[in-house]
Amino acid sequence: MTHDLRAHDLRAQRLTLGYGGADIVHDLDLVVPDGRISVIVGANGCGKSTLLRGLARLLKPRSGTVSLDGRPLGDWRSTDVARVLGLLPQSPVAPDGISVGDLVGRGRYPHQGWFRRWTAEDDAAVAAALEATGTTDLASRTLSELSGGQRQRVWVAMTLAQDTDLVLLDEPTTFLDISHQVELLDLLTDLNRTHGKTIVMVLHDLNLACRYADHIVAMKSGRIAAEGTPSDVITSELVADVFGLACQVVPDPVSGTPMVVPCGRHHAAAPAVV
Amino acid sequence: MTSTLPREPEPRDPMTPDGASEVAAVRLRALGRSVAATWGTAALAAVLFVATLMIGKADVSVGEVVTSLLGLSDDGGIDFIVRDLRLPTAATALAVGAALGLSGIIFQKLLANPLASPDFVGVSSGASLFGVAGVVIFGLSGIGTSAMALLGATVSAVLIYLLAWRDGISGYRFILIGIGVQSFMIALTGYVISRADLFEVPEAMTWVVGSVGHAGSTELRIVCLVLLLALPAALVLTRTLHVLELGDDTATALGTRVEVSRIALIGVSIVLVGFATAAAGPLLFVALMAGPIAMRLVGGSGGGLLAAAFVGASIVLAANLFSQHVLPEPVPTGVVTGAIGAPYLIWLMVTANREGRGG
Repeated sequence: MTHDLRAHDLRAQRLTLGYGGADIVHDLDLVVPDGRISVIVGANGCGKSTLLRGLARLLKPRSGTVSLDGRPLGDWRSTDVARVLGLLPQSPVAPDGISVGDLVGRGRYPHQGWFRRWTAEDDAAVAAALEATGTTDLASRTLSELSGGQRQRVWVAMTLAQDTDLVLLDEPTTFLDISHQVELLDLLTDLNRTHGKTIVMVLHDLNLACRYADHIVAMKSGRIAAEGTPSDVITSELVADVFGLACQVVPDPVSGTPMVVPCGRHHAAAPAVV
Repeated sequence: MTSTLPREPEPRDPMTPDGASEVAAVRLRALGRSVAATWGTAALAAVLFVATLMIGKADVSVGEVVTSLLGLSDDGGIDFIVRDLRLPTAATALAVGAALGLSGIIFQKLLANPLASPDFVGVSSGASLFGVAGVVIFGLSGIGTSAMALLGATVSAVLIYLLAWRDGISGYRFILIGIGVQSFMIALTGYVISRADLFEVPEAMTWVVGSVGHAGSTELRIVCLVLLLALPAALVLTRTLHVLELGDDTATALGTRVEVSRIALIGVSIVLVGFATAAAGPLLFVALMAGPIAMRLVGGSGGGLLAAAFVGASIVLAANLFSQHVLPEPVPTGVVTGAIGAPYLIWLMVTANREGRGG
């Protein structure tokens, strides 16, 4: 159902972002690796969600640019961007009484126009998005009667129905229990591996970030502190610097990726041995 | 979604198209209900419209009404009763009700709150204030009053929009500020009326409690014309409205120009309220009630704009019939809509707060 994937180039150059008051992201350069899963991590208030909003043009740059395929986002027609770049916001809202099928169908907006209304292609895209997220059986239910995990999968389905090569997600696992977090991240990995979708997301959980990211961007005070593969980037020194947390980094017994084990002030079994 | 431990990436293809026909079936079922409900509301409005032409001191039959409306009747007496005496009132009720219903549902959907209707947040009362000022202070009538009412609705809406704007519009701020603007406009209306000459007071009072029986023919023509232009505009904008309902972030991500679209929709709504108020004065709570009733009838959360217009028309037509023929003494239409609307409003606030939303 999905169209042929093209290579895309999403990048921020000397990007400065803020809301009303002081700058939150400062003079930041970032090239989003095409066809990979990138995860932005950092402490609360470090500007990671702000950066994601900037990349998705929800926030106009104060200075610098975000460009897609070589053109600044501001120069694009907004529906053209929306056919390439999708975003799931942190807390999306839906009207009362909306059905799952209706909500997911609204993701087709950028593919329709004044004269091109609903087509069989739209039905197929919605069906594919429901299928991918395991929500086909929910299509005629109303959103409000679903559990948190189901609801989040439906929102992901809406973003998938948009059928974009790049998908940005702002903390998609918040409010989900651990099994639904893993389920959702597995789903995003499937989408990346089988369809080459480029995924950029903000995650809070460092260990899940290390496991699922091809590329990690660690932010501190509106700047990139380090970026690269999880095993290159996530070290106890970086975690101490970015999160102010003493920890040990050990290999994840399942995936072999770095796993951060925090050292609190209590419960140390023995002096830390690295 | 169980995976054995050393999980080798053997990714499943999550985007295999399957069940497109099921999706289409679900969608068509919802669409079918919505279309049926819309026709139902249209039929109700039509019945009430014809009833308005039939009932009065001299009763006229359905056949006579229809033939007279189509210009096929040769009975001058019937034509006079139907077309000259009753048609202006019936047409005003139909057009004003439809305009109010449509403007109400646009506001409510845009601001994602059933309380956010133009007659609750001071847009209608802005139209009333400017309309009455036009009559009492500047001695206007016809197009002049309509223009003043539109100006008043616009001034109110811009005032609320600017005061409530803070990196976007939130439903709560808009409504609270709107209620403040409402009180201000009502107070000023009272002041303007107190300045009126005694013989102007009866006319000025129609700007306090609306009525469909006193519309001038110019104001009526204008509201009908505006409705004919605004209905298609609103239907074209429905697709965008559906995306705006998902919040500014999602709407931007889906490619909407949020501010432009919102202003266009609010603009359509203001024009409808302004000219409707010019024709009939403030008919309380019609815009507030029509949208939610229509949404309940069409089911789900899509569409409903046309149905809201027909429900609005039905409410005003029914209120007019009740006020003229059921009550022992005829009262202005706005008294009846206010009397139905107030309990609804209380119910809305009680249930909305129980669900943690609303006012």
